[in-house]
Amino acid sequence: MALLSIGLQRRTLPGFGLALGVTLTYLSIIVLVPLTALVTRSFDEGFMDWWHTVTTPRVLASFRLSFGVSFAAAAVDMVFGTLAAWVLVRYRFPGRRIVDALVDLPFALPTAVAGITLTAIYAGNGWLGQYLEPMGLTVAYTRVGIFVALMFVGLPFIVRTVQPVLQDLDAEFEEAAASLGASRWQTFRRVLLPTLLPALLTGFTLAFARAVGEYGSVIFIAGNKPMISEIAPQLIIIKLEEYDYVGAAGIGTAMLLVSFLVLLVLNGLQRWARVGHR
Amino acid sequence: MSATPNTRDTTWRDTTLTETRWLRYTLTAVALAFLALFLILPLVVVFTEALRVGLAPYFSAITEPDAVAALKLSLLVVAMAVPLNLVFGLFAAWAIAKFRFPGRSFLTSLIDLPFSVSPVIAGLVYVLLFGAHGWFGTWFADRDIQVIFALPGLVLATIFVTFPFVARELIPLMEQQGTDEELAARTLGASGMQMFWRVTLPNIKWALLYGSLLCSARALGEFGAVSVVSGHIRGETNTMPLQVEILYSEYSIQAAFAVASLLALSALLTLALKALLEWRFARELAHH
Repeated sequence: MALLSIGLQRRTLPGFGLALGVTLTYLSIIVLVPLTALVTRSFDEGFMDWWHTVTTPRVLASFRLSFGVSFAAAAVDMVFGTLAAWVLVRYRFPGRRIVDALVDLPFALPTAVAGITLTAIYAGNGWLGQYLEPMGLTVAYTRVGIFVALMFVGLPFIVRTVQPVLQDLDAEFEEAAASLGASRWQTFRRVLLPTLLPALLTGFTLAFARAVGEYGSVIFIAGNKPMISEIAPQLIIIKLEEYDYVGAAGIGTAMLLVSFLVLLVLNGLQRWARVGHR
Repeated sequence: MSATPNTRDTTWRDTTLTETRWLRYTLTAVALAFLALFLILPLVVVFTEALRVGLAPYFSAITEPDAVAALKLSLLVVAMAVPLNLVFGLFAAWAIAKFRFPGRSFLTSLIDLPFSVSPVIAGLVYVLLFGAHGWFGTWFADRDIQVIFALPGLVLATIFVTFPFVARELIPLMEQQGTDEELAARTLGASGMQMFWRVTLPNIKWALLYGSLLCSARALGEFGAVSVVSGHIRGETNTMPLQVEILYSEYSIQAAFAVASLLALSALLTLALKALLEWRFARELAHH
């Protein structure tokens, strides 16, 4: 049947060869060949040389920072993003549509603009920084600043993946839980949360992936102190400025490798969450 | 309880199905406070900082020659990158959504790949290819074609980071629409081009516009990728976000925010258009 329909479609709908040919050519020129160049370039001076580059304390510190803070930011976004999606879907209040549209602001606002704006807010003499700093909370030019910037860029991913699931949720599960005597909190924990889990994990994965590579919104607020507040993408820029192309490519390759390993695990978790509740 | 599924009207719900009024108000207040802090405050700050010293300095900052050159360059980059990704998106969606072939889902993941690559790496790969010591560097240098630190590099880096936008909007929609209408057109004797212009394109035009809108917004605001390939030559290879960075690092804070306010305005315009498309053409977009 499948084979038959392939044959049928190929005979009648035109343009398959052309469309696939253009797609593969363009994909190769823009993405595949350049990424191949990145990986081969990083091993130009041998595997051991690459290994030494990416295991220097400064590079390791930047990796721990980039992946660690991205994880924390995406996790906190998961809580507030779910709350925002819940309120936007379930409750009615004036200005709801505008707030809903504004959720995508971190996506639409250029990262450099976000970066200087967050710095203006959280710097020691800034809009909020002037009140936070006397309380002992220094945000700008520390890891907390990186965390705030990554939370900002990741937020829409959580809201936009949880929101449609919440919208399409059938009321009868909640009705059943309520009729069996479950409290609202029990219903949320035992019925709603497991249903939302796959979407939450998808949102987390997207927010995390975005945060790990993020550059523009972070560098203004990070302070970029080596070993302390220097993110991995910033280290690539530094290597490039030193004309160390092999080193820059090496860090880039290592970033891609770690990212893909993490994404692989997260995708596995998503599949597990989906299967577990069917 | 004869309410139809998906009815979100609260009148039929009794208190066991929703939260107490007190909890509802608290949750709404916390969510709105959070969103105000994270979304609305930054917007207020951009415009306030831009206008802090008055309208005259604001206008002189955005009409300053380097700022105007940056604006023109940014628009030029968008005008080159977006149509290319749009055409690619059409071809990719046609092949992936309308045909079944081995490796189809792998191809779909490859198209999404640029979303999980850091923008800095997106810039770096072209430096490795076309830079002075790159794979094709000498070939282009011999022919006096400058790719890196010039317009072609900016366009390539922008294409990379905005690569999946149009294809991602089109593939699920065209899959959902199936092949019946196109097959009918063919049976009635339409040529391939006629079928595309009269059947396929009208069916996907709003999704195409939606994808292009997202693509343009990201292209206009891209910073990391273009920062690597630009070389930061004032008035020549500085796009608007790079101009913001340069002004900021020179402590021309007000001028930086003035240029940034233009980008923020375009972001607000994007959000308005996006909401309008989602509201007006919900059924003609894939997942809304």
